[in-house]
Amino acid sequence: MDGFVSLLVDILSVPAVLVAIIAFVGLLIQKKSASEITKGTTKTFLGFIVLSAGAAVVSGSLKPFGEMFQEAFGVQGVVPNNEAIISIAIEEFGTTAALIMFFGMIANILLARFSNLKYIFLTGHHTFYMACFLAIVLSVANFSGMVLIIVGSIALGIIMAIFPAMAQPTMRRITGNDNVGFGHFGTVGYVASAGIGKLFKGSRSTEDINFPKGLSFLRDSSVSISLTMTIIYILAALFAGQTFIENNISGGTNYIVFSIIQGVTFAAGVFIILSGVRLILAEIIPAFKGISEKLVPNSKPALDCPIVFPFAPNAVLIGFFSSFIAGVLGMFALFFTGGVVILPGVVPHFFLGATSGVFGNATGGVKGAIAGSFVNGLIITFLPVLFLPLLGDLGNASTTFSDTDFLVVGIVLGNVGKFLGQPGVIATIILVLIASIAIKSKLGKKSHSENDLEKIS
Amino acid sequence: MRILAVCGSGLGSSFMIEMNIKDVLKELNVNDIEVNHADLGSSTSDMADLFVIGRDLAESASNLGELIVLDNILDKEELKSKISSNLKEKNIL
Repeated sequence: MDGFVSLLVDILSVPAVLVAIIAFVGLLIQKKSASEITKGTTKTFLGFIVLSAGAAVVSGSLKPFGEMFQEAFGVQGVVPNNEAIISIAIEEFGTTAALIMFFGMIANILLARFSNLKYIFLTGHHTFYMACFLAIVLSVANFSGMVLIIVGSIALGIIMAIFPAMAQPTMRRITGNDNVGFGHFGTVGYVASAGIGKLFKGSRSTEDINFPKGLSFLRDSSVSISLTMTIIYILAALFAGQTFIENNISGGTNYIVFSIIQGVTFAAGVFIILSGVRLILAEIIPAFKGISEKLVPNSKPALDCPIVFPFAPNAVLIGFFSSFIAGVLGMFALFFTGGVVILPGVVPHFFLGATSGVFGNATGGVKGAIAGSFVNGLIITFLPVLFLPLLGDLGNASTTFSDTDFLVVGIVLGNVGKFLGQPGVIATIILVLIASIAIKSKLGKKSHSENDLEKIS
Repeated sequence: MRILAVCGSGLGSSFMIEMNIKDVLKELNVNDIEVNHADLGSSTSDMADLFVIGRDLAESASNLGELIVLDNILDKEELKSKISSNLKEKNIL
Protein backbone atom coordinates (compact mmCIF):
# COMPACT_ATOMS: atom_id res chain seq x y z
CA MET A 1 0.00 0.00 0.00
CA ASP A 2 2.77 2.43 0.96
CA GLY A 3 4.52 1.51 -2.25
CA PHE A 4 1.37 2.35 -4.20
CA VAL A 5 0.97 5.72 -2.47
CA SER A 6 4.55 6.72 -3.15
CA LEU A 7 4.13 5.62 -6.77
CA LEU A 8 1.05 7.83 -7.00
CA VAL A 9 2.94 10.78 -5.49
CA ASP A 10 5.79 10.18 -7.93
CA ILE A 11 3.42 10.18 -10.89
CA LEU A 12 1.60 13.29 -9.74
CA SER A 13 4.79 15.23 -9.10
CA VAL A 14 5.81 15.02 -12.76
CA PRO A 15 4.36 18.24 -14.26
CA ALA A 16 3.97 16.67 -17.72
CA VAL A 17 1.78 13.94 -16.23
CA LEU A 18 -0.18 16.48 -14.26
CA VAL A 19 -1.09 18.68 -17.25
CA ALA A 20 -1.96 15.53 -19.20
CA ILE A 21 -4.33 14.52 -16.39
CA ILE A 22 -5.89 18.00 -16.41
CA ALA A 23 -6.47 17.69 -20.17
CA PHE A 24 -7.84 14.17 -19.67
CA VAL A 25 -10.37 15.43 -17.10
CA GLY A 26 -11.39 18.26 -19.43
CA LEU A 27 -11.93 15.88 -22.35
CA LEU A 28 -13.85 13.47 -20.12
CA ILE A 29 -16.20 16.22 -18.94
CA GLN A 30 -16.86 17.16 -22.55
CA LYS A 31 -17.80 13.52 -23.27
CA LYS A 32 -15.30 13.19 -26.11
CA SER A 33 -14.71 9.87 -27.87
CA ALA A 34 -11.99 7.47 -26.68
CA SER A 35 -9.78 8.27 -29.66
CA GLU A 36 -10.05 12.02 -29.06
CA ILE A 37 -9.29 11.57 -25.36
CA THR A 38 -6.21 9.48 -26.18
CA LYS A 39 -5.01 11.95 -28.79
CA GLY A 40 -5.61 15.03 -26.65
CA THR A 41 -4.04 13.62 -23.50
CA THR A 42 -0.96 12.42 -25.39
CA LYS A 43 -0.51 15.76 -27.15
CA THR A 44 -0.69 17.64 -23.85
CA PHE A 45 1.92 15.34 -22.33
CA LEU A 46 4.10 15.80 -25.41
CA GLY A 47 3.65 19.56 -25.18
CA PHE A 48 5.16 19.70 -21.73
CA ILE A 49 8.16 17.61 -22.78
CA VAL A 50 8.67 19.91 -25.80
CA LEU A 51 8.46 22.94 -23.50
CA SER A 52 11.18 21.52 -21.25
CA ALA A 53 13.36 20.76 -24.27
CA GLY A 54 13.06 24.37 -25.41
CA ALA A 55 14.23 25.49 -21.98
CA ALA A 56 17.58 23.77 -22.48
CA VAL A 57 18.07 25.58 -25.81
CA VAL A 58 17.18 28.99 -24.38
CA SER A 59 19.37 28.59 -21.28
CA GLY A 60 22.25 27.35 -23.42
CA SER A 61 22.04 30.52 -25.48
CA LEU A 62 21.62 32.89 -22.54
CA LYS A 63 24.59 31.66 -20.52
CA PRO A 64 27.33 32.85 -22.93
CA PHE A 65 25.35 36.06 -23.48
CA GLY A 66 25.39 36.82 -19.74
CA GLU A 67 29.16 36.22 -19.60
CA MET A 68 29.82 38.40 -22.66
CA PHE A 69 27.66 41.25 -21.41
CA GLN A 70 29.31 41.16 -17.99
CA GLU A 71 32.79 41.26 -19.61
CA ALA A 72 31.77 44.03 -22.02
CA PHE A 73 30.02 46.43 -19.66
CA GLY A 74 30.71 45.18 -16.13
CA VAL A 75 26.98 44.94 -15.34
CA GLN A 76 24.27 42.30 -15.64
CA GLY A 77 22.33 42.47 -18.93
CA VAL A 78 18.76 41.19 -18.89
CA VAL A 79 16.53 40.45 -21.89
CA PRO A 80 12.94 40.29 -20.63
CA ASN A 81 11.12 37.37 -22.23
CA ASN A 82 8.27 35.47 -20.59
CA GLU A 83 8.85 32.23 -22.48
CA ALA A 84 12.52 32.11 -21.55
CA ILE A 85 12.05 32.71 -17.82
CA ILE A 86 9.06 30.34 -17.63
CA SER A 87 10.97 27.54 -19.29
CA ILE A 88 13.86 27.94 -16.86
CA ALA A 89 11.53 28.08 -13.85
CA ILE A 90 9.42 25.12 -14.95
CA GLU A 91 12.02 22.60 -13.81
CA GLU A 92 11.62 23.60 -10.19
CA PHE A 93 8.05 24.95 -10.19
CA GLY A 94 6.31 22.90 -12.89
CA THR A 95 4.09 20.80 -10.64
CA THR A 96 2.99 23.74 -8.50
CA ALA A 97 2.37 25.84 -11.62
CA ALA A 98 0.19 23.15 -13.22
CA LEU A 99 -1.91 22.79 -10.06
CA ILE A 100 -2.26 26.57 -9.62
CA MET A 101 -3.31 26.87 -13.26
CA PHE A 102 -5.98 24.17 -12.90
CA PHE A 103 -7.49 25.47 -9.66
CA GLY A 104 -6.97 29.08 -10.73
CA MET A 105 -9.22 28.50 -13.74
CA ILE A 106 -11.84 27.01 -11.45
CA ALA A 107 -11.47 30.04 -9.16
CA ASN A 108 -11.92 32.32 -12.19
CA ILE A 109 -15.18 30.57 -13.13
CA LEU A 110 -16.50 30.67 -9.55
CA LEU A 111 -15.64 34.35 -9.24
CA ALA A 112 -17.42 35.14 -12.51
CA ARG A 113 -20.40 33.07 -11.40
CA PHE A 114 -20.84 34.56 -7.91
CA SER A 115 -19.51 38.13 -8.17
CA ASN A 116 -19.90 41.08 -10.51
CA LEU A 117 -16.47 40.45 -12.09
CA LYS A 118 -17.88 38.60 -15.09
CA TYR A 119 -14.65 38.02 -17.02
CA ILE A 120 -13.42 34.61 -18.18
CA PHE A 121 -9.73 34.88 -19.01
CA LEU A 122 -9.13 32.88 -22.18
CA THR A 123 -5.54 33.84 -23.05
CA GLY A 124 -4.26 30.44 -22.00
CA HIS A 125 -0.53 30.97 -22.33
CA HIS A 126 -0.74 33.96 -20.00
CA THR A 127 -2.80 31.94 -17.52
CA PHE A 128 -0.04 29.36 -17.54
CA TYR A 129 2.75 31.95 -17.20
CA MET A 130 0.91 33.72 -14.39
CA ALA A 131 0.43 30.38 -12.58
CA CYS A 132 4.14 29.69 -12.86
CA PHE A 133 4.92 33.25 -11.84
CA LEU A 134 2.77 33.03 -8.70
CA ALA A 135 4.45 29.73 -7.82
CA ILE A 136 7.82 31.51 -7.92
CA VAL A 137 6.82 34.70 -6.10
CA LEU A 138 4.92 32.90 -3.33
CA SER A 139 7.78 30.42 -2.86
CA VAL A 140 10.18 33.34 -2.42
CA ALA A 141 7.69 34.62 0.22
CA ASN A 142 8.16 31.24 1.99
CA PHE A 143 4.83 29.66 1.06
CA SER A 144 4.96 25.93 0.36
CA GLY A 145 2.88 22.78 -0.17
CA MET A 146 -0.90 22.91 0.00
CA VAL A 147 -1.04 26.50 1.27
CA LEU A 148 1.05 27.68 -1.68
CA ILE A 149 -1.32 26.01 -4.14
CA ILE A 150 -4.49 27.29 -2.43
CA VAL A 151 -3.24 30.89 -2.08
CA GLY A 152 -1.76 30.81 -5.60
CA SER A 153 -4.98 29.50 -7.17
CA ILE A 154 -7.17 32.08 -5.45
CA ALA A 155 -4.74 34.85 -6.42
CA LEU A 156 -4.72 33.62 -10.03
CA GLY A 157 -8.53 33.48 -10.21
CA ILE A 158 -8.72 37.05 -8.93
CA ILE A 159 -5.99 38.29 -11.28
CA MET A 160 -7.77 36.68 -14.26
CA ALA A 161 -10.90 38.71 -13.49
CA ILE A 162 -9.49 42.01 -12.21
CA PHE A 163 -7.13 42.98 -15.01
CA PRO A 164 -9.77 42.61 -17.74
CA ALA A 165 -12.10 44.72 -15.55
CA MET A 166 -9.45 47.47 -15.48
CA ALA A 167 -9.19 47.49 -19.27
CA GLN A 168 -12.92 47.36 -19.96
CA PRO A 169 -13.78 51.10 -19.99
CA THR A 170 -11.28 51.65 -22.81
CA MET A 171 -12.23 48.36 -24.49
CA ARG A 172 -15.79 49.68 -24.79
CA ARG A 173 -14.45 52.70 -26.66
CA ILE A 174 -12.25 50.61 -28.95
CA THR A 175 -14.74 47.90 -29.91
CA GLY A 176 -17.91 49.98 -29.59
CA ASN A 177 -19.67 47.37 -27.46
CA ASP A 178 -19.44 45.67 -24.07
CA ASN A 179 -19.43 42.03 -25.18
CA VAL A 180 -15.73 41.26 -25.22
CA GLY A 181 -13.10 41.77 -22.56
CA PHE A 182 -9.35 42.17 -22.88
CA GLY A 183 -7.12 39.48 -21.44
CA HIS A 184 -3.38 40.08 -21.66
CA PHE A 185 -1.10 40.76 -18.72
CA GLY A 186 0.19 44.12 -19.89
CA THR A 187 -2.96 45.82 -18.62
CA VAL A 188 -1.23 48.27 -16.28
CA GLY A 189 0.61 49.70 -19.28
CA TYR A 190 -2.56 49.85 -21.41
CA VAL A 191 -4.61 51.57 -18.71
CA ALA A 192 -1.74 54.02 -18.12
CA SER A 193 -1.61 54.68 -21.86
CA ALA A 194 -5.35 55.33 -22.04
CA GLY A 195 -5.00 57.66 -19.04
CA ILE A 196 -2.15 59.58 -20.72
CA GLY A 197 -4.26 59.72 -23.89
CA LYS A 198 -6.96 61.68 -22.04
CA LEU A 199 -4.51 64.59 -21.81
CA PHE A 200 -4.71 64.88 -25.60
CA LYS A 201 -8.49 64.83 -26.06
CA GLY A 202 -9.39 66.01 -29.55
CA SER A 203 -6.19 64.89 -31.25
CA ARG A 204 -7.13 63.21 -34.55
CA SER A 205 -7.17 59.43 -34.78
CA THR A 206 -4.11 57.49 -35.95
CA GLU A 207 -6.31 55.96 -38.63
CA ASP A 208 -6.82 59.36 -40.32
CA ILE A 209 -3.15 59.61 -41.27
CA ASN A 210 -1.25 57.77 -43.97
CA PHE A 211 1.26 55.52 -42.32
CA PRO A 212 3.60 53.22 -44.25
CA LYS A 213 2.68 49.54 -44.02
CA GLY A 214 5.26 46.88 -44.81
CA LEU A 215 6.74 46.29 -41.39
CA SER A 216 4.15 43.67 -40.62
CA PHE A 217 6.84 40.99 -40.94
CA LEU A 218 7.77 42.02 -37.39
CA ARG A 219 4.46 40.46 -36.35
CA ASP A 220 6.17 37.15 -37.03
CA SER A 221 7.79 36.74 -33.64
CA SER A 222 10.33 34.09 -34.65
CA VAL A 223 11.80 36.47 -37.25
CA SER A 224 11.79 39.53 -34.98
CA ILE A 225 13.36 37.67 -32.03
CA SER A 226 16.08 36.25 -34.31
CA LEU A 227 16.95 39.68 -35.69
CA THR A 228 16.96 41.61 -32.41
CA MET A 229 18.76 38.95 -30.37
CA THR A 230 21.45 38.68 -33.09
CA ILE A 231 21.97 42.46 -33.02
CA ILE A 232 22.11 42.53 -29.20
CA TYR A 233 24.51 39.56 -29.20
CA ILE A 234 26.84 41.11 -31.80
CA LEU A 235 26.95 44.41 -29.90
CA ALA A 236 27.88 42.58 -26.68
CA ALA A 237 30.50 40.60 -28.62
CA LEU A 238 32.09 43.72 -30.13
CA PHE A 239 32.42 45.30 -26.69
CA ALA A 240 33.63 42.10 -25.00
CA GLY A 241 36.34 41.68 -27.62
CA GLN A 242 37.45 38.92 -29.95
CA THR A 243 40.20 37.46 -27.78
CA PHE A 244 38.07 37.14 -24.65
CA ILE A 245 35.25 35.38 -26.50
CA GLU A 246 37.34 33.05 -28.63
CA ASN A 247 39.54 32.02 -25.69
CA ASN A 248 36.88 31.70 -22.98
CA ILE A 249 33.44 31.23 -24.50
CA SER A 250 33.18 30.14 -28.11
CA GLY A 251 35.89 27.47 -28.03
CA GLY A 252 37.81 29.11 -30.86
CA THR A 253 34.85 29.81 -33.18
CA ASN A 254 34.98 33.31 -34.70
CA TYR A 255 33.27 35.67 -32.25
CA ILE A 256 30.85 37.22 -34.74
CA VAL A 257 29.79 33.88 -36.22
CA PHE A 258 29.32 32.56 -32.70
CA SER A 259 27.14 35.57 -31.80
CA ILE A 260 24.89 35.18 -34.83
CA ILE A 261 24.38 31.48 -34.11
CA GLN A 262 23.64 32.10 -30.43
CA GLY A 263 21.21 34.94 -31.19
CA VAL A 264 19.21 32.75 -33.54
CA THR A 265 19.52 29.82 -31.10
CA PHE A 266 17.68 31.90 -28.51
CA ALA A 267 14.86 32.48 -31.02
CA ALA A 268 14.86 28.76 -31.83
CA GLY A 269 14.44 28.01 -28.13
CA VAL A 270 11.47 30.38 -27.84
CA PHE A 271 10.03 28.81 -31.01
CA ILE A 272 10.24 25.33 -29.44
CA ILE A 273 8.76 26.57 -26.15
CA LEU A 274 5.81 28.15 -27.96
CA SER A 275 5.14 24.91 -29.84
CA GLY A 276 5.05 23.15 -26.49
CA VAL A 277 2.75 25.78 -24.99
CA ARG A 278 0.41 25.45 -27.98
CA LEU A 279 0.19 21.69 -27.48
CA ILE A 280 -0.41 22.05 -23.74
CA LEU A 281 -3.26 24.51 -24.24
CA ALA A 282 -4.93 22.82 -27.21
CA GLU A 283 -7.24 20.68 -25.07
CA ILE A 284 -7.34 22.61 -21.81
CA ILE A 285 -8.61 26.00 -23.08
CA PRO A 286 -11.60 24.72 -25.12
CA ALA A 287 -12.68 22.68 -22.08
CA PHE A 288 -12.33 25.77 -19.86
CA LYS A 289 -14.27 27.86 -22.37
CA GLY A 290 -17.04 25.26 -22.74
CA ILE A 291 -17.45 24.80 -18.99
CA SER A 292 -17.44 28.57 -18.34
CA GLU A 293 -20.12 29.14 -21.01
CA LYS A 294 -22.32 26.53 -19.36
CA LEU A 295 -21.86 27.77 -15.80
CA VAL A 296 -21.64 31.53 -16.41
CA PRO A 297 -23.84 32.27 -19.42
CA ASN A 298 -23.55 36.05 -19.09
CA SER A 299 -19.76 36.18 -18.83
CA LYS A 300 -17.41 38.17 -21.07
CA PRO A 301 -14.49 36.34 -22.62
CA ALA A 302 -11.19 38.19 -22.05
CA LEU A 303 -9.02 37.73 -25.13
CA ASP A 304 -5.46 38.29 -26.34
CA CYS A 305 -3.92 41.56 -27.68
CA PRO A 306 -4.39 41.03 -31.41
CA ILE A 307 -8.17 41.30 -31.05
CA VAL A 308 -7.79 45.10 -30.82
CA PHE A 309 -5.20 45.45 -33.61
CA PRO A 310 -7.70 45.50 -36.53
CA PHE A 311 -9.51 48.45 -34.89
CA ALA A 312 -6.44 50.69 -35.34
CA PRO A 313 -3.69 49.19 -37.53
CA ASN A 314 -1.71 52.47 -37.68
CA ALA A 315 -1.75 52.78 -33.89
CA VAL A 316 -0.21 49.30 -33.75
CA LEU A 317 2.93 50.35 -35.62
CA ILE A 318 3.12 53.79 -34.01
CA GLY A 319 2.78 52.22 -30.57
CA PHE A 320 5.49 49.66 -31.25
CA PHE A 321 8.01 52.28 -32.43
CA SER A 322 7.25 54.70 -29.64
CA SER A 323 7.50 52.02 -26.97
CA PHE A 324 10.72 50.61 -28.46
CA ILE A 325 12.37 54.05 -28.58
CA ALA A 326 11.45 54.54 -24.90
CA GLY A 327 13.03 51.13 -24.19
CA VAL A 328 16.28 52.12 -25.91
CA LEU A 329 16.44 55.45 -24.05
CA GLY A 330 15.66 53.65 -20.79
CA MET A 331 18.45 51.18 -21.48
CA PHE A 332 21.00 54.00 -21.85
CA ALA A 333 19.72 55.58 -18.63
CA LEU A 334 20.27 52.25 -16.85
CA PHE A 335 23.83 52.03 -18.17
CA PHE A 336 24.63 55.24 -16.30
CA THR A 337 23.17 53.95 -13.02
CA GLY A 338 25.65 51.05 -13.15
CA GLY A 339 23.18 48.42 -11.94
CA VAL A 340 21.23 45.90 -13.98
CA VAL A 341 20.61 46.91 -17.61
CA ILE A 342 17.26 45.93 -19.13
CA LEU A 343 17.59 45.46 -22.88
CA PRO A 344 14.60 46.25 -25.09
CA GLY A 345 12.99 42.96 -26.09
CA VAL A 346 11.19 43.23 -29.38
CA VAL A 347 8.35 40.93 -28.36
CA PRO A 348 7.20 42.81 -25.26
CA HIS A 349 7.67 46.16 -26.98
CA PHE A 350 5.72 44.94 -29.95
CA PHE A 351 2.74 43.44 -28.16
CA LEU A 352 2.58 45.81 -25.22
CA GLY A 353 3.63 48.86 -27.23
CA ALA A 354 1.17 48.15 -30.04
CA THR A 355 -1.70 47.57 -27.63
CA SER A 356 -0.80 50.71 -25.67
CA GLY A 357 -0.89 52.54 -28.99
CA VAL A 358 -4.43 51.31 -29.65
CA PHE A 359 -5.54 52.22 -26.11
CA GLY A 360 -3.86 55.64 -26.23
CA ASN A 361 -5.43 56.34 -29.62
CA ALA A 362 -8.86 55.45 -28.28
CA THR A 363 -8.69 58.27 -25.71
CA GLY A 364 -6.24 60.75 -27.29
CA GLY A 365 -5.71 60.11 -31.00
CA VAL A 366 -2.23 60.26 -32.53
CA LYS A 367 -0.68 62.20 -29.65
CA GLY A 368 -2.27 59.88 -27.12
CA ALA A 369 -0.97 56.83 -28.98
CA ILE A 370 2.59 58.20 -29.13
CA ALA A 371 2.74 59.47 -25.53
CA GLY A 372 0.88 56.50 -24.04
CA SER A 373 3.01 53.83 -25.66
CA PHE A 374 6.17 55.81 -24.84
CA VAL A 375 5.18 55.69 -21.16
CA ASN A 376 4.48 51.96 -21.55
CA GLY A 377 8.01 51.53 -22.95
CA LEU A 378 9.48 53.24 -19.90
CA ILE A 379 7.34 51.16 -17.54
CA ILE A 380 8.48 47.84 -19.03
CA THR A 381 12.10 49.00 -18.88
CA PHE A 382 12.19 50.14 -15.26
CA LEU A 383 9.73 47.77 -13.53
CA PRO A 384 11.94 44.70 -14.12
CA VAL A 385 14.76 46.46 -12.25
CA LEU A 386 12.54 46.79 -9.17
CA PHE A 387 11.32 43.24 -9.54
CA LEU A 388 14.58 41.32 -10.12
CA PRO A 389 15.66 41.27 -6.43
CA LEU A 390 12.31 39.61 -5.57
CA LEU A 391 12.81 36.69 -7.97
CA GLY A 392 15.08 34.71 -5.65
CA ASP A 393 17.72 32.62 -7.46
CA LEU A 394 16.02 33.23 -10.81
CA GLY A 395 17.13 36.88 -10.60
CA ASN A 396 20.50 35.93 -12.10
CA ALA A 397 19.08 34.31 -15.22
CA SER A 398 19.81 37.05 -17.86
CA THR A 399 16.09 37.02 -18.61
CA THR A 400 12.95 37.90 -16.66
CA PHE A 401 9.22 38.51 -16.94
CA SER A 402 8.49 41.17 -19.52
CA ASP A 403 4.86 42.22 -19.05
CA THR A 404 3.62 44.87 -16.64
CA ASP A 405 1.00 42.89 -14.73
CA PHE A 406 3.45 40.16 -13.74
CA LEU A 407 5.90 42.80 -12.57
CA VAL A 408 3.30 44.82 -10.65
CA VAL A 409 1.84 41.74 -8.93
CA GLY A 410 5.39 40.57 -8.20
CA ILE A 411 6.52 43.89 -6.76
CA VAL A 412 3.41 44.19 -4.56
CA LEU A 413 3.27 40.58 -3.29
CA GLY A 414 7.05 40.31 -3.08
CA ASN A 415 7.40 43.40 -0.90
CA VAL A 416 4.37 42.57 1.24
CA GLY A 417 5.83 39.10 1.76
CA LYS A 418 9.18 40.57 2.70
CA PHE A 419 7.84 42.99 5.31
CA LEU A 420 4.56 41.47 6.53
CA GLY A 421 5.12 37.77 5.85
CA GLN A 422 2.48 35.26 4.77
CA PRO A 423 -0.51 36.75 6.63
CA GLY A 424 0.22 40.05 4.89
CA VAL A 425 0.19 38.40 1.46
CA ILE A 426 -3.11 36.62 2.15
CA ALA A 427 -4.67 39.82 3.54
CA THR A 428 -3.54 41.79 0.47
CA ILE A 429 -5.14 39.27 -1.90
CA ILE A 430 -8.45 39.35 0.01
CA LEU A 431 -8.45 43.16 0.24
CA VAL A 432 -7.86 43.52 -3.50
CA LEU A 433 -10.76 41.15 -4.21
CA ILE A 434 -13.18 43.02 -1.94
CA ALA A 435 -12.05 46.41 -3.26
CA SER A 436 -12.48 45.43 -6.88
CA ILE A 437 -15.96 43.98 -6.36
CA ALA A 438 -16.95 47.18 -4.53
CA ILE A 439 -15.48 49.48 -7.19
CA LYS A 440 -17.09 47.46 -9.95
CA SER A 441 -20.56 47.71 -8.40
CA LYS A 442 -20.10 51.44 -7.91
CA LEU A 443 -19.11 51.73 -11.55
CA GLY A 444 -22.04 49.56 -12.55
CA LYS A 445 -24.41 52.12 -11.02
CA LYS A 446 -22.93 54.87 -13.20
CA SER A 447 -22.10 52.68 -16.12
CA HIS A 448 -21.01 55.48 -18.42
CA SER A 449 -18.52 56.91 -15.96
CA GLU A 450 -14.99 57.46 -17.14
CA ASN A 451 -13.47 56.00 -14.00
CA ASP A 452 -11.51 52.80 -14.14
CA LEU A 453 -10.00 50.46 -11.62
CA GLU A 454 -6.59 52.07 -11.55
CA LYS A 455 -6.93 52.68 -7.82
CA ILE A 456 -6.44 49.03 -7.02
CA SER A 457 -3.37 48.36 -9.09
CA MET B 1 -10.59 18.81 -45.72
CA ARG B 2 -8.48 20.87 -43.31
CA ILE B 3 -8.87 24.50 -42.14
CA LEU B 4 -6.09 26.43 -40.39
CA ALA B 5 -6.59 29.63 -38.37
CA VAL B 6 -3.48 31.83 -38.43
CA CYS B 7 -2.25 34.77 -36.32
CA GLY B 8 1.07 36.43 -35.46
CA SER B 9 2.16 34.19 -32.62
CA GLY B 10 -0.29 31.33 -32.97
CA LEU B 11 -1.30 31.50 -29.32
CA GLY B 12 -4.36 33.63 -28.63
CA SER B 13 -6.40 34.99 -31.51
CA SER B 14 -5.95 32.12 -33.96
CA PHE B 15 -6.93 29.72 -31.17
CA MET B 16 -10.06 31.82 -30.63
CA ILE B 17 -10.85 31.73 -34.36
CA GLU B 18 -10.31 27.95 -34.40
CA MET B 19 -12.85 27.46 -31.61
CA ASN B 20 -15.30 29.74 -33.42
CA ILE B 21 -14.82 27.80 -36.70
CA LYS B 22 -15.55 24.57 -34.85
CA ASP B 23 -18.74 26.09 -33.41
CA VAL B 24 -19.78 27.33 -36.86
CA LEU B 25 -19.15 23.94 -38.48
CA LYS B 26 -21.26 22.32 -35.77
CA GLU B 27 -24.10 24.76 -36.51
CA LEU B 28 -23.82 23.97 -40.21
CA ASN B 29 -23.78 20.24 -39.48
CA VAL B 30 -20.47 19.69 -41.23
CA ASN B 31 -18.49 16.93 -39.61
CA ASP B 32 -15.30 15.69 -41.19
CA ILE B 33 -13.30 18.92 -41.32
CA GLU B 34 -10.15 19.16 -39.23
CA VAL B 35 -9.51 22.61 -37.71
CA ASN B 36 -6.21 23.77 -36.19
CA HIS B 37 -4.36 27.00 -35.40
CA ALA B 38 -0.76 28.10 -35.96
CA ASP B 39 1.58 31.07 -36.08
CA LEU B 40 2.30 32.89 -39.32
CA GLY B 41 5.99 31.96 -39.18
CA SER B 42 5.54 28.22 -39.29
CA SER B 43 2.41 28.06 -41.45
CA THR B 44 2.95 26.53 -44.86
CA SER B 45 0.59 26.00 -47.78
CA ASP B 46 0.54 22.22 -47.29
CA MET B 47 -0.83 22.51 -43.74
CA ALA B 48 -4.42 23.07 -44.83
CA ASP B 49 -6.80 23.51 -47.76
CA LEU B 50 -8.23 26.76 -46.41
CA PHE B 51 -6.66 29.44 -44.20
CA VAL B 52 -8.53 31.89 -41.99
CA ILE B 53 -6.77 35.11 -40.97
CA GLY B 54 -7.48 38.66 -39.75
CA ARG B 55 -7.45 41.58 -42.20
CA ASP B 56 -4.28 43.08 -40.67
CA LEU B 57 -2.14 40.04 -41.49
CA ALA B 58 -3.73 39.08 -44.81
CA GLU B 59 -0.90 40.65 -46.86
CA SER B 60 1.75 38.51 -45.18
CA ALA B 61 -0.28 35.35 -45.72
CA SER B 62 -0.77 35.58 -49.49
CA ASN B 63 1.64 32.68 -50.05
CA LEU B 64 -0.44 30.21 -48.07
CA GLY B 65 -3.16 29.45 -50.58
CA GLU B 66 -6.89 29.91 -50.32
CA LEU B 67 -7.67 32.55 -47.68
CA ILE B 68 -10.73 33.67 -45.79
CA VAL B 69 -9.96 37.19 -44.55
CA LEU B 70 -11.90 38.42 -41.51
CA ASP B 71 -12.57 42.15 -41.04
CA ASN B 72 -13.44 41.52 -37.43
CA ILE B 73 -11.93 38.37 -35.97
CA LEU B 74 -14.45 38.43 -33.12
CA ASP B 75 -17.50 38.47 -35.37
CA LYS B 76 -18.96 34.99 -35.46
CA GLU B 77 -21.67 35.99 -37.95
CA GLU B 78 -19.10 37.23 -40.47
CA LEU B 79 -17.14 34.01 -39.99
CA LYS B 80 -20.25 31.90 -40.47
CA SER B 81 -21.32 33.59 -43.71
CA LYS B 82 -17.81 33.45 -45.19
CA ILE B 83 -17.26 29.81 -44.22
CA SER B 84 -20.66 28.66 -45.46
CA SER B 85 -20.36 30.42 -48.84
CA ASN B 86 -16.88 28.93 -49.24
CA LEU B 87 -18.14 25.43 -48.45
CA LYS B 88 -21.08 25.89 -50.83
CA GLU B 89 -18.62 26.67 -53.63
CA LYS B 90 -16.81 23.47 -52.81
CA ASN B 91 -20.13 21.57 -52.79
CA ILE B 92 -19.49 20.42 -49.24
CA LEU B 93 -22.63 22.17 -48.00
